[in-house]
Amino acid sequence: MARSFCIRPVVAALAGLLAPMGAHAQDGAKPPVLTVYAPDYFTSEWGPGPKIEAGFEDICDCDLQFVAGDVLPRILLEGKHTQADVVIGLNTDVTARARATGLFAPHNEDTRRLDLPVEWTDPVFLPFNWSQTAFVYDKTRLANPPQSFEALLDAPDDLKIAIQDPRSSVSGLALLLWVKSVYGDDAPQAWEKLAPKVLTVTPGWSESYGLFTDGEVDMVLSYTTSPAYHIIAENDDTKVAAIFPEGHYLMAELAAQLTTTDQPELSQMFMDYILSDQFQSMIATANWSYPAIMKDGFLPPEFAAMPQPDKTLFYNETEAEALRQPALDEWLRAFR
Amino acid sequence: MAACLPVSPDTHLRTRPVSRWVGLLPAAIAALGLAVLVLGTLACVAWWAGGFSALRVAEAHAVWFTIWQAALSAGLSCLLAIPVGRALARRRFYGRNLLISLLGAPFILPTIAAIMGLIALFGRGGWVNTMLTAAGLPSVSIYGAHGVILAHVFFNLPLATRMVLQGWQAIPAERIRLAQSLGFEAGDLQRHLEWPMLRAILPGAALAIFLVCLSSFAIALTLGGGPRATTVELAIYQAFRFDFDFGRAASLALVQVGLCLGALALASRVARSPAAFGAGHDRPALSPIGLSKWLWVQDALAITTATLFLLIPVALIVGRGIPALLHLPPDIWNACLVSLGLAVGSSLLTITLALPLAAASPRHRWAEIAAMLPLAASALVLGTGLFLMARPFMNPTQLALPVTLMVNTAMSLPFVVRLLLPDMRVLARDYDRLAASLGLSGLARLRYLTWPRLARPLGFGAGLSAAFSMGDLGVITLFSDGRTQTLPLALYQLMGSYRLDQAAGAATLLITLTFALFWLCDWIGHHAHSR
Repeated sequence: MARSFCIRPVVAALAGLLAPMGAHAQDGAKPPVLTVYAPDYFTSEWGPGPKIEAGFEDICDCDLQFVAGDVLPRILLEGKHTQADVVIGLNTDVTARARATGLFAPHNEDTRRLDLPVEWTDPVFLPFNWSQTAFVYDKTRLANPPQSFEALLDAPDDLKIAIQDPRSSVSGLALLLWVKSVYGDDAPQAWEKLAPKVLTVTPGWSESYGLFTDGEVDMVLSYTTSPAYHIIAENDDTKVAAIFPEGHYLMAELAAQLTTTDQPELSQMFMDYILSDQFQSMIATANWSYPAIMKDGFLPPEFAAMPQPDKTLFYNETEAEALRQPALDEWLRAFR
Repeated sequence: MAACLPVSPDTHLRTRPVSRWVGLLPAAIAALGLAVLVLGTLACVAWWAGGFSALRVAEAHAVWFTIWQAALSAGLSCLLAIPVGRALARRRFYGRNLLISLLGAPFILPTIAAIMGLIALFGRGGWVNTMLTAAGLPSVSIYGAHGVILAHVFFNLPLATRMVLQGWQAIPAERIRLAQSLGFEAGDLQRHLEWPMLRAILPGAALAIFLVCLSSFAIALTLGGGPRATTVELAIYQAFRFDFDFGRAASLALVQVGLCLGALALASRVARSPAAFGAGHDRPALSPIGLSKWLWVQDALAITTATLFLLIPVALIVGRGIPALLHLPPDIWNACLVSLGLAVGSSLLTITLALPLAAASPRHRWAEIAAMLPLAASALVLGTGLFLMARPFMNPTQLALPVTLMVNTAMSLPFVVRLLLPDMRVLARDYDRLAASLGLSGLARLRYLTWPRLARPLGFGAGLSAAFSMGDLGVITLFSDGRTQTLPLALYQLMGSYRLDQAAGAATLLITLTFALFWLCDWIGHHAHSR
């Protein structure tokens, strides 16, 4: 604990100066607080957070407070003293590590209600929306897009794509697993063919997508649902996800409640809310993904009209964890 | 104690060491704070992880790439800064002061904006390639190690140019006059006045740039074209975010600190103290001597090339966002206020800490080392360490703003101290004895000696730290409460939600505000005291 002493006066002094900006002086009975950890993108005005907060507070008689940032690293650092009651926005690639902490409790929902393209029976991590990895292109700029993964590999090297680094981005990691699930032991050869077409590898999805919308690359690694944003929000139908017969890799976003919560009823109520019609019908345009439960009217017509892959590829967490390092090494070798 | 001292004429000699120590106290506190911030947080992360973990082979490659690209970027930036800085120093033209301020702009660009700007100029569909294609020439690619170097030079040439320019401006007019009366040619001037000045300034500039490039992450990866261009910072990111191996993150952070200390040692061996010809009378600079037509062409070329290279990408990025400015979401204005408040706060704090550190540095190496340390820090490890330190006492989300302020201050301190150091050395050498004989010390010395002589670098430094604070995403991610939004965070969130047009608008807003703040501080520095 001695290590903390030098910082304490500094922290206290600074907090004294600036804390009023964050403090909430409230009188009377306060409603119970449900603390939800979420990724950065979630809580901004244009993310799904505000709608979820408003919708849940309408029914819970509570105060839902988002804490935005690196969700899992933060939980790992805090351990069983974490403030979180619920986490939302975890990706499928971290479930093994998250489960190993023993900090996450069963969601107690009936997973047979879920409409995912793969069977989902996980008792702890509950998907609330999903999509698949895909290469997105602009049909006004790319007249003859590759019709399959194989065609992409065989395309001339002046077809330039932007991808994300699997060491810093979840979609980049999903691409590794996508290639692995399509090509198996031939993945190194597939990467050899793909590497010359990779104009650059960006740390995150945003930079890649920016390169694509600026016209710097012909195709970008993104999601099958990406065109929906352009069609619905921008009235622009030029962006298209190339659908490959080899199949596309599943990306689901998950929620889970913590064993350490001091609000177990509220947390469970929130898990129920995630699968409610209100939540599920709002998620398509709030987070530009397919809802985990599909009913009539949950998708706007333009969204529903988008082409969907026939085949969805997915590794469970044990397989994915075992494949991650070898696949990463193969990927690194292809770019040497 | 005082009572035991004999009351005699030599009293002041005995009390001097004590008063000197009191004078050093602010510097010592600042240095200790920085050491805790950089090394304390690192130790904290290692302690939490149960020790340092071994590195992997791939990470040795990352270390090697990190070193050579940083060294090359620093060397090139300094080399190119010499003709540009010299040309700006010896030419007078309309709008010169504005151009000097504008040329500082790339250094204060948010990373993502700089990348997009460079791509708009040098990318596949950029201006350069469009012109090359039109001329029937083969196109060039910016992606690769050369792209990383190009981007780093773009970022850091402004800093090097400013430091060199300040060096030139600090050569007293009396020396030029003496040189004139001795019949010096341009070559003699170079050998006797300019070269010693460069020898005093360039190692410091190179060191600062080398250290900035060490922790490069998004630039190296995006323009490097892939994993060949992996830096230590990316390896730290991977260990932290994906492998959840905090011990390895700490080991990698330690490697960065080691590289930083090594570079510091090297720079101090190369650097010479400025030539001791004595102080001048602060007369306005004379028209330079020995300037031929050929040198005029050379200077014009240097200024034009630098202006085009540094300002076109900035102009492209600013221009692209203008149409979206009116369609920005209302939250953005709140984020603007938060960012501006943080920037002003952190620039005041930076100046307050930089002055004592820079004042102590010429005589005490520890002050300089402490001031440079934050450049070696990995933002992720620093943030994680602070998080672990703060957690036993309070909820870290309440600390989002103070921590951001503290870290932004720490991150700009190295540059501001670096900017102040050359002038501070001259000040110590030329005026210490005079000040001592006049009994000028403490606040009076600050008011009548230090402030007038350091106003320019101080203004520039304050502008830099304000700009850094505006553009930096920082370590807020572990402390974020999801409500407090800064302008760069809003920019990233807009990008992450497909709203790239609005993100371009936010980038334009960010660059404009940042530059306005920077220019204001710079202007105050220029006009605060006519020396």
